Amino acid sequence: MIAALSLPHLLLADLGLSAALLAFCSALYAIPAALRKDARWLASARNAAIAPFVLLTLAVACLEGLLYSGAFGLQYVNAVTSRAMPWYLRLTALWGGQAGSLFFWCWLLSGYSALVMLRNWRRERDLQPGVTVVLMVTLLFFLGLVIALENPFNKLWVAPAGGVSAGIWQPAGTLPFAPNDGRGLNPLLRHPGMIIHPPMLYLGFIGFVVPYAFAIAALVAGRRDDAWIRVSRRWTLLAWMFLSLGLLLGGRWAYDVLGWGGYWGWDPVEIAAFMPWLTATAFLHSVLIQEKRGMFKHWNMSLIILTYALVVLGTFLTRSGVLSSVHAFAQSAIGPWFFAFVALMACVSLGLLLKRWELLRGDNALDSWLSREGLFLLNNLIFMGILAACLWGVMYPIISELFTGQKVTVGPPYYERTTGPLFAVLLLLMGVAPLAAWRAGAARRLGRAFWKPALLAGLLPAGLLLAGITQPAALLGLWLAALVACVTLYEFYRGAQARARLTAGGFWHSFVHLVLRNRRRYGGFTIHLGVVLMAFGIIGIELFQSETQATLAYGEQLSIGQYQLRYDSLVEFPASDGRVITRATLNVSKNGRVVTQLFPRRDYFTDSQQPMTIPAVYSTLPEDLYVLLVGWEPAGAGGATFKVYVNPLVNWLWAGGLVFIIGTLVATWPERRELQTAAERARAAQLAVRSVSAGA
Amino acid sequence: MRFLRVPLQYALALVALAAALFWLPASVRAAAATPTDDEVNAVASQLYCPVCENVPLDVCGTQACSQWRAIIRQKLQAGWSASQIHAFFAEQYGTRVLASPPFAGASVLFWLVPLALLAAGTVLLVRTLRKPATAATGAAGPVSEAHAARMERELDDWR
Repeated sequence: MIAALSLPHLLLADLGLSAALLAFCSALYAIPAALRKDARWLASARNAAIAPFVLLTLAVACLEGLLYSGAFGLQYVNAVTSRAMPWYLRLTALWGGQAGSLFFWCWLLSGYSALVMLRNWRRERDLQPGVTVVLMVTLLFFLGLVIALENPFNKLWVAPAGGVSAGIWQPAGTLPFAPNDGRGLNPLLRHPGMIIHPPMLYLGFIGFVVPYAFAIAALVAGRRDDAWIRVSRRWTLLAWMFLSLGLLLGGRWAYDVLGWGGYWGWDPVEIAAFMPWLTATAFLHSVLIQEKRGMFKHWNMSLIILTYALVVLGTFLTRSGVLSSVHAFAQSAIGPWFFAFVALMACVSLGLLLKRWELLRGDNALDSWLSREGLFLLNNLIFMGILAACLWGVMYPIISELFTGQKVTVGPPYYERTTGPLFAVLLLLMGVAPLAAWRAGAARRLGRAFWKPALLAGLLPAGLLLAGITQPAALLGLWLAALVACVTLYEFYRGAQARARLTAGGFWHSFVHLVLRNRRRYGGFTIHLGVVLMAFGIIGIELFQSETQATLAYGEQLSIGQYQLRYDSLVEFPASDGRVITRATLNVSKNGRVVTQLFPRRDYFTDSQQPMTIPAVYSTLPEDLYVLLVGWEPAGAGGATFKVYVNPLVNWLWAGGLVFIIGTLVATWPERRELQTAAERARAAQLAVRSVSAGA
Repeated sequence: MRFLRVPLQYALALVALAAALFWLPASVRAAAATPTDDEVNAVASQLYCPVCENVPLDVCGTQACSQWRAIIRQKLQAGWSASQIHAFFAEQYGTRVLASPPFAGASVLFWLVPLALLAAGTVLLVRTLRKPATAATGAAGPVSEAHAARMERELDDWR
């Protein structure tokens, strides 16, 4: 007798699947309903666009129940969980594999859609049909993929001959099959960073569907104002914050888990997540110009369309297997569909944009390249340059394999050479643009504002030069970062000073109020400060990282920089979750004084036969000492090989990331004035309704 | 005026710098009698094995990769240079083991495209950059009709 799914598990699986199917139907209904020119149909469409969130929440809850309780007769549950995994990893295994993460994607998108329907419905009525249609089409595509091709509710079936298959329906001549245990999550993903990194990344990715929906709606409605930007502005910032956080957490995870001493490897999967971030960052800058000066309308539309296309392309690249091989893509069920969807959405969007091209002419012309708006445009062009380099690097291996059959690797050397100089120019612009005036671009005036911070920032590389650091790239990079720091801090100082004079309050009091009163501007400057800290960190680790490797016997030591590491012992023991841990003990001294003990280790997961190198890190503000256990002789022989890195300033990168996110939060947080007006508007609407009903 | 001409020089300098960075020769290390782990890693860090995607050879933990490192050690001992060893692996396992496509054969195109893009972008930028400059020099002469209309409009806005 073969074990089958228990009755509660069967019920949960069927309930979840039914809810997902109903959500699909509801989204499908919302599209024609939204397109009818009738207020009642439109209201119905709105409800039908909110319903998928309720239904998919139920479906996700069912799947979580199945994951938590170990319903190993389901293909997905079997693939990503096992009895040995702790409860929180079983729950977060929802995004640990293909089917689950696509399903999670759908759920988040339905959540965004419902929030948009609930929050932004009253304003801009003529945008409603377009927004509903775009959100629902995107949801339908992803939900359709999940239900038809990557269904997390697929059950396992076993044929009498022994072959196991998966599907919703029972194939003829097979029996239900529920193994006693699952295969479990990939060990590399069993890390706290992996619990929050994917949801953040997804929240960022999917969030960009909202501004895109508003942009397309504005194009369809033939609007030439920037209503779509005002309505979706906060959504864009929110999505961007999540994406930035996702990228940062991904870097931290790589540093902690992957064991190669770095945080960013220019891996195609990383770049797929980085590309929409580039266009979104460009968009966040140029949107300011449209709001202030009514310019760059084509450009903003193109940027948001591009961001959306890159979001879908990124999901396609990482989910279809095309990156490892063109053939994997052809074999994957979802690849071709994805490709068709990206192409279709890109064509429709571009068609619409071209149709409305004349309508979106700017209200003003660019007066000078040295004006604020000119420099912002330059900033956007640089972002596009970085994007082009990334896109070419990611696509070239695919193109090469497709046309010549030859596989190639495009690694860090290419990306560093192409994007490095562009990043330097971006830093320069970041230092110059806040000094430039709107419209007028007098070189002399800009020069007058520029020379003081430029000279002040020059003290840093000058000091380093005296200290014996002569790498030109490092000196240039540090000068640029210091320049941005000077200019940005001066902006804060100047604003607070002016305010203190006006309000006769103390400097710090004025400072806090300045930031609170103009959150977008000073949130943005805070983000710039975060970038400065990150730039210091990146320059430190990229240009001054040192490494060494040595095989030591007990009691022997190696030195790197100011550190001496003595190898004391090695132990091997099994852990409760089925891994065998080999752990070395190293005694670390700095300039002859003992500072700490480090325990680098290698975990071996016997069931999946996968090793995992876990670094031991002695972390200080100036630098990290990062030790890996690379290999060892069988116990007793006493020889073990260690790879040791000294990563200067890497903690500045993480600190900068934190400042960056704080700045984004400041910029995203609703301003009190706006809240007030929203409340007032609601009150006014209520009064109007009351007077109308009283009149009737 | 003089300041406006600067971007062209900067742009040209940038192109020259980028080109120089592109063709920076890979550092060639002299072969030592008994190569240290660090010397082996320096060579290995520029190689990728075909199995472990996107993990450079110097940090890859698999059995196959440690065998490759052993081969690198032998070659270094035999007096081979880093580029000779890279070429050896590329010949054995295909160009995909190299960290980036070589500047040879079909992949010349790979390196030329970004350079061409950079050049095209710079030319485009410089040409657009010059426009406001000529407009500014023309300001002393007769005012164009469009410009006059715009001035009127903006004065209206101001009132």
